[in-house]
Amino acid sequence: MSYSVTEPSSRQKWIAGTLVITYALITMVPLLWIMMTSFKTPPDSISYPPKVMYQPSLEGYVNLFTTRTRVSPERLAALPPPENFAEEIVRNRNMVIAGPSKFGGRFLNSVIIGFGSTFLSVFLGTLAAYAFSRFKIPLADDLLFFILSTRMMPPIAVAIPIFLMYRKLGLTDTHLGMILLYTAVNISLAVWLLKGFIDEIPREYEEAALIDGYTRFQAFYKVVLPQAATGIASTAIFCLIFAWNEYAFAVLLTSGTAQTAPPFIPTIIGVGGLDWPAIAAGATLFLLPVMIFTVMLRKHLLRGITFGAVRK
Amino acid sequence: MADVVLQNVSKSFGRDDAVIDMTMSIDNGSFVVLLGPTGAGKTTTLRLISGLEKMDTGSISIDGRVVDNETPAQRDVAMVFQQYSLYPHLSVRDNLAFPLRSPILNTPKADIEKKVNEVADILQITAKLDNRATELSGGEMQRVSIGRALVRDPAIYLMDEPLSSLDARLRADLRIELKRIHSDLGSTLLYVTHDQIEAMTMATKVGVLQEGRLVQFGTPREIYENPNSVYVASRLGLPRINILPGDLFPGTADAAHSIGLRPENIEYGQGIEAAVKRVEHLGDQTRLHMDLNGHNIIALSPAGNPYAAGSTIKIQPVNPLCFDESGYRIAGRHA
Repeated sequence: MSYSVTEPSSRQKWIAGTLVITYALITMVPLLWIMMTSFKTPPDSISYPPKVMYQPSLEGYVNLFTTRTRVSPERLAALPPPENFAEEIVRNRNMVIAGPSKFGGRFLNSVIIGFGSTFLSVFLGTLAAYAFSRFKIPLADDLLFFILSTRMMPPIAVAIPIFLMYRKLGLTDTHLGMILLYTAVNISLAVWLLKGFIDEIPREYEEAALIDGYTRFQAFYKVVLPQAATGIASTAIFCLIFAWNEYAFAVLLTSGTAQTAPPFIPTIIGVGGLDWPAIAAGATLFLLPVMIFTVMLRKHLLRGITFGAVRK
Repeated sequence: MADVVLQNVSKSFGRDDAVIDMTMSIDNGSFVVLLGPTGAGKTTTLRLISGLEKMDTGSISIDGRVVDNETPAQRDVAMVFQQYSLYPHLSVRDNLAFPLRSPILNTPKADIEKKVNEVADILQITAKLDNRATELSGGEMQRVSIGRALVRDPAIYLMDEPLSSLDARLRADLRIELKRIHSDLGSTLLYVTHDQIEAMTMATKVGVLQEGRLVQFGTPREIYENPNSVYVASRLGLPRINILPGDLFPGTADAAHSIGLRPENIEYGQGIEAAVKRVEHLGDQTRLHMDLNGHNIIALSPAGNPYAAGSTIKIQPVNPLCFDESGYRIAGRHA
């Protein structure tokens, strides 16, 4: 086997492309399955053998956002004609819409807690990383090691103490509590990632700004921050993905007001069995924000991952 | 524009003394060049004056005002760095305007516009004003970073080897440009370099640094003609001064431990025999590498290049510089 630094041949490209596409397809099957299920009717979703071709339906989404009650066929017939497609779908199952479900609120909780903790982690992480990178801090290495060491065990290992502490402090089932918790978990990642990025920015830029008449903070804000944008964006994505997907602490610490979507979605129970299309619809909608966020920042993310390798 | 005075300034980094007891005064309107090899403390001196480093002892005053406890912004100095000096996320125009927009200067928009165009004109970068800083060539970048200092009217311009990363032709062009700017604006400049040509051509005063100490300070001619030590003598002159034992030639001052011979101190035709080992033709000059009783000498060939490798010539010193055992200059002339 010989190695070459020249352009790969078209055959090599073809093989590599096939491999990558095959791998991508395999990893996308579960996602595709969830999205397909979300557009099935409940009977279709549990039919065996599984249906690949089917009549798409929005029943899963309607069920996700509503609560419904069963009514007798006589009363159903006496009702005025359905006002919209949702009611029509529900009435076909001999039910009427009783009101909105909790999904909207839970989703909003996820947004508040996910983005809130991401913002806080990145904000604090940037300031801390800047300080570690630029100033002489006594015991800096030990402090950095301590920050890293908070990630040396799985966060869930401290679930019981945190549960007890949160109960005492009244942070259980609050937005603030969850934001603080996810920030605490993410901050070590943020500090370490961002320190690497800021270390790469030559000090001369800030020194030039200091001499040009700016204060240290202004130099940080006007010169360092724009150049750390790549690092900040990729750090933000990593933080968001963790906070958004976190399940165990959310189950343990939230039940109502601050419950996030991950513990809520599996509890969507239909009438007479699990309502798979509704669960799949919840999961599909839940995927979207991180997907959009990642696509928006994808240029930064790619550059962020290869940052150390290509600069200098 | 202002006088800048350093009083017994010292600075060390851990165990390394970067600047030792430096006293120097930079007169208003002068172009002072600090000359020395890497690690001599040149850059540290600039950073101390700019306020990027805090000195351990001593005092610095700018325009009669002691600035020891002032931030770089308060000191009203402009600095050109060796590299990395442009803000990569800004356009050339914004880079040039950056100092003017600072909270300290807070220049009105119209004035910024005018000043930026003026400086861009001087440095011939007008066509590139709307480029991003990263889209420039090395020479253009360095011109812009000099421009970023020139838009201001600071007490002193500090320049840290601004030309060292450029190719030879550009360096020569910018050298003339800087000298012209200095004489046009009458500004005070402190310029750091290890390039003796830059020192000789631009400076009104040269300060020679050796391991953190200012060992001699004077006009380029004084430093060249009257160096106070072997070290200073070796800093200036191409080819380098030849340092030989004092007793090599008969008739040298008794106390001289060694003598220094610049090419112009060597006379051909009389004296001791030297063997020509190599002849270097540089175009404008021809150098002779000679062996004189086991000592290497480099000299300039007289007009007509009469000597070839392998031949022998008689040479004798004319007015050599005499040094004592520790390398300091002593009086004494060849008979």
